[in-house]
Amino acid sequence: MANNYLGLFDVIGPVMVGPSSSHTSGAATIAWMARQIFSGTPVKAEFTLYGSFAETYKGHGTDRALIGGMLGYKSNDVRIRNAYYEARKNWLKVDFVVDKETHVSHPNTVDIVITGEDGHTLLIRGESIGGGRVRIRKINDIEVDFTGEYSTMIIGHQDVAGTVAYITTCLAGEDVNVATLKLFREGRGMKAVTVVETDSSISEELKEKILQYETVTSVDLIEI
Amino acid sequence: MNWDFSNTEELLKLCNENDMPISEVMINREMQLGETRRDTIIDRIEANLRVMNTAVDRPISEPHRSMGGLIGGEAKKLNELDESKAICGPAIHRAIVNALAVAETNASMGVIVAAPTAGSAGVLPAVLMSMYESYDISLDDMRRGLINAGAIGYIITRNGSVAGAEAGCQAEVGSASAMAASALVEMLGGTPEQCCDAASVALSNLLGLACDPVRGLVEVPCQTRNAIGAVGAYTAAELALAGVGPHIPLDEMIQITYDVGRSLPESLRETAKGGCAVAPSLCAECSREAAWQRARAHL
Ligand code: SF4
Repeated sequence: MANNYLGLFDVIGPVMVGPSSSHTSGAATIAWMARQIFSGTPVKAEFTLYGSFAETYKGHGTDRALIGGMLGYKSNDVRIRNAYYEARKNWLKVDFVVDKETHVSHPNTVDIVITGEDGHTLLIRGESIGGGRVRIRKINDIEVDFTGEYSTMIIGHQDVAGTVAYITTCLAGEDVNVATLKLFREGRGMKAVTVVETDSSISEELKEKILQYETVTSVDLIEI
Repeated sequence: MNWDFSNTEELLKLCNENDMPISEVMINREMQLGETRRDTIIDRIEANLRVMNTAVDRPISEPHRSMGGLIGGEAKKLNELDESKAICGPAIHRAIVNALAVAETNASMGVIVAAPTAGSAGVLPAVLMSMYESYDISLDDMRRGLINAGAIGYIITRNGSVAGAEAGCQAEVGSASAMAASALVEMLGGTPEQCCDAASVALSNLLGLACDPVRGLVEVPCQTRNAIGAVGAYTAAELALAGVGPHIPLDEMIQITYDVGRSLPESLRETAKGGCAVAPSLCAECSREAAWQRARAHL
């Protein structure tokens, strides 16, 4: 969806594993995005389900969709149906926590904590906002807001003056069309995340170049 | 030349000025706004048709129980019904079988094309595939039909709703039925006006339809609703091709459907708190919580 218009394939589509665009397709996409943001191979994923996800996840296959996404399957991949089996095959441990008490701002919300082989963890909060579309709302302790409907670059860094300017300069040199660039941070001078959404995909070279900057700690790409 | 349109009136104007069917205007719009080539669009539509085809076939050869456990095997059963009892006639019979099949595929985590939604995904494949099986319809006709349906679905999405949670099942199965009705008319050589007439009749015939999924799952009554959406499309198309009706232009009908949808009580908008969802025999205590617990125990 490079151009944001309501088109033919928004209506005749998406092609997806059923039964629900919000509870199945959206769930798979959230986990898939989390998997892209995570560096390394996950060995464990813990999913905390809130709201309507907590109420009806089994009957909608939300659990399988989340596991499938975590294994790198897109929401139209039939392997989602056998996701538990696929997870075992790939040595991925999964765990589900149902939380009906905590109030969340969107009814279809999930928190995913991913653990890698070396023990490092990543927390992602995602919302399935309808029609299979999703929004990522949290990366670790930082509140963010992006959809993954564009090519997306997620840059973890310290909130130090000059970082965003450096990123912008790198982008300008590459001739990529930037749709949005947003800075999210814990607080002034603390950990921050810059999310860049672009119309065309971002090259590995550009990623490496940004990663070289001293205040940058991570760069991850999400390609639709 | 600007190919964008926002309602039926503008769509029909483009059709008439350029002497084109609805599908052709929709292709032009897609090429322009999406900066895409025609063959890319055609290939993608054909890929979607293939997904629909598989979704229709699988439950016949390989029935699957649904995730929630309420359905599974219905399409096969109907497929095996004695011909003397298939009183709807061959084309409609196939349409019903196909609709049940896609709903089963969806509910058992198979791959479907949401058209316009996953819950209503059975209607278009039901109509398109049954036409293909029963009449002299080519692959090209089917592609055009599906693109035509996309145009109608787009207009409804833009000016109304296709979400059961927002406007009831009339917004999901009702919209799908309208889309399929219009597709049928174009496939059979009707005019763009007749396409819109068919869509309007289909919508008005399902006006007020509640969204009341038992246990909050897309299984009952969704599966048979898909069948009625398909049958309704056939009826509306036949009426429009004969020049009967509608009494209300499509743009008005979309607005009416939207207004009715939003005035439905919350209990009839996907919350599983009313309608079939609280049928005493299916839900002993009729409280939402009890229903969820049973769904979980069931698995
Ligand atoms: S009853 Fe509700 S969930 Fe079922 S098909 Fe209709 S709109 Fe979708």
